[in-house]
Amino acid sequence: MFHRESGIFKTSYRSDMELYPLPIAKWTVGVIAVVLLAFPLLMRVFVAEGSIDYYVSLINLSMIAVVGAVGLNILVGYTGQISIGHGAFMSVGAYTAANLAVRLDWPFWITLPAGGLMAAAIGAVVGIPSLRIKGLYLAIATLAGQLIIEWTINHVPFISGGVQASIRVPRPTVFGYELSSQRDLYYFLLFFAVVAVIGALNLVRSRIGRAFVAIRDQDIAAEIIGINIFRYKLMAFAVSSFYGGVTGVLYTYYLGIANYEQFQITTSIDYLAMIIIGGLGSILGSIFGAIFISLLPTVIRTVMEGAGSLFLSQEEVLSVVPYLRLIIFGGLIVLFLVVEPEGLNRLWRNIRNYFRTWPFSY
Amino acid sequence: MKTSIVKWGVAAAFAAASLAASGIAQAQTKEVVIGFQIDRTGPTQNIGVPLATGYNDYVNLINSKGGIDGVKLKISEVDNEYKVPPAVEGYERQKKDGAVLISFFGTASTLALIPKTTEDKIPGMSPGFGSAASANGKTFPYTFMMAASYWSQGAAAVKFAKDQLGGNIKGKKIAYLYYDNPAGKEPLPILRDLAKQEGFELKEFAVPPPGLEMGAQVLDITQRFKADFIIAHLFGRAPSVAIKAFKGSGYPLKKIVSFVWGGAEDDILSAGGYAAAEGYSTLQFAGVGSDYKVLDDIRAMYKAQGKAPPKEMDSTAYYNRGVFFAALQIEAVRNALKLTGGKQPTGTDVKNGFEHIKGFTLGGFVPPLEVTPDDHEGGGWVKVFQVKGGKLVGVGDWFHAYPEVLKKHIAEGK
Repeated sequence: MFHRESGIFKTSYRSDMELYPLPIAKWTVGVIAVVLLAFPLLMRVFVAEGSIDYYVSLINLSMIAVVGAVGLNILVGYTGQISIGHGAFMSVGAYTAANLAVRLDWPFWITLPAGGLMAAAIGAVVGIPSLRIKGLYLAIATLAGQLIIEWTINHVPFISGGVQASIRVPRPTVFGYELSSQRDLYYFLLFFAVVAVIGALNLVRSRIGRAFVAIRDQDIAAEIIGINIFRYKLMAFAVSSFYGGVTGVLYTYYLGIANYEQFQITTSIDYLAMIIIGGLGSILGSIFGAIFISLLPTVIRTVMEGAGSLFLSQEEVLSVVPYLRLIIFGGLIVLFLVVEPEGLNRLWRNIRNYFRTWPFSY
Repeated sequence: MKTSIVKWGVAAAFAAASLAASGIAQAQTKEVVIGFQIDRTGPTQNIGVPLATGYNDYVNLINSKGGIDGVKLKISEVDNEYKVPPAVEGYERQKKDGAVLISFFGTASTLALIPKTTEDKIPGMSPGFGSAASANGKTFPYTFMMAASYWSQGAAAVKFAKDQLGGNIKGKKIAYLYYDNPAGKEPLPILRDLAKQEGFELKEFAVPPPGLEMGAQVLDITQRFKADFIIAHLFGRAPSVAIKAFKGSGYPLKKIVSFVWGGAEDDILSAGGYAAAEGYSTLQFAGVGSDYKVLDDIRAMYKAQGKAPPKEMDSTAYYNRGVFFAALQIEAVRNALKLTGGKQPTGTDVKNGFEHIKGFTLGGFVPPLEVTPDDHEGGGWVKVFQVKGGKLVGVGDWFHAYPEVLKKHIAEGK
């Protein structure tokens, strides 16, 4: 990520496929791992003890978004099948896990994959229209999936647990220790976010991932060279929905409640925005996009409120900042897309390429 | 390269300014921090903006009079956009700011934050949101409904219908027209139980979100079902659409009673004005209208500052509700300060403060709440306000209904 080889000296397919092209890559990954593991401790150096929970909670929300965005990017970015139903798959995962956790008293390490698998099954069904239709038509078909799933959860008490459509879930426990504070949940979420990212990185460089890319680039050509379109398109939907379902389960355990109202169509659009800003067809891009969309409103607000209180009265800050924040948020998204349509990931690569030969650019 | 240095310089200056500003704020004298969540930019901003104005005005009024016995109130406001992730982020920020009490906004975000209140021992107040079962102080020790829940509103609406129909509704037809989301469906168990108990025929009519089209439901209610009375529970733009549609079908509007989110001035104006909506009634859990001493005090405060009162004050249903939110929270803090003998109160102290609220009416503005460790709803009081002669007029006094039915559901609620 932060390093660059000085040339391409690969002599075998195996070395071309390697996750770590250079020995230093392993060190980089190691350093990132240590920083992530020690993050709540490192925060102590920078902020007061009482504020750590707040900053950790920001990271927690971003990590949940990362899992969802990586999943959606597998479908939209790698396989080229647009979906506006990602939020619904999250609610499928959330309610599956919540029902299993409450009715059968199952622990999270069963309910979490179960929620993912249920979402994958539903996702594969919602993906069936993709075998016939593409582009905007598929978008509308998945939108229908979103609305049908929302309606079903709202109207089937067996799933929703009553008219309130919300199920309270006990906190996850590991070896009898209840994970309830932000810092405990940080490690809980970190584990699954890392597993999700590593899984996706490996998936996209496998036979399956190459099949996805072939379908994206030209599905007829892919079929002619022997890729089973039926299988791989549905598999893309299933894998993406699995990630979506897991995101929903993570939300459920993080908040202690499953509620479909937070997985409505605006959530699906938010996730599409994440991967478009981050960069379609890139895992790193999904991570950038998820963090960008999750944290940007907070950053803008903090700066605006700080700067605003120097010029404006308290009431004016309160009534102006929320709107300005929306304007700046929208403006920054447009700016980033205009500056680099291929997303934050491309921007990052450009920066890296610049420093590759720096300071001897010529 | 030069421009980017300038850019970073500006960014750093802003960051430094924001740090400095927060440092100044923290260096002030003794104060109590309250977290206030509101929706100023999301789908419910038509409610959020007047409500937030009322809330902040009342807090400023108390602070301008020297606070609570010298203790000033500081509000940490969060615009949660009616979404869950910003509400969670905002909650953590308010906790970081040292809030000893959080005012929630929005049903989904309230539900998401209820588990946290107990874990962090910070009381959360959710008037008109969240779960009706949270009126039970035993299962939800740190959640305070403090106003009639949808269950209490359902019971009160049936009582109102009964009174309007001559004291006996056996065999009568009552239609329940509701927004098809969890909040809209919440009163159903109560209404179904009461239908059995009182012997009236209940028929449910769902309006799918966003509720801008309900011609079919209105026809069904007025022509086929021929309802004797209608209980409506709608949100957003839907109430004004309903008023218009019922008016258009010739149904007498005085046979409709709406829940608390369906009868603000704006709803009536966009339904065609007061003349068109004559007779339409709404339940309210805070006083509506301008004739209250507390509102006079706020106007006097603006006058003393040489400013005109904000235009949000005209939307009395929601503005007053904001004042109501703030008044109850400040009363809880006042009680907490009494209990601690003036020491900095903790979340648990404020919880105890809430549980000592009794006989606080603010000149008829607030219902006669009595909050106990078991009952965090304070009795579930409502008052009916009816459109009459160009304004919303109170009908009768504060009342609550069928407490035994509610008690049974609250005890079973999770």
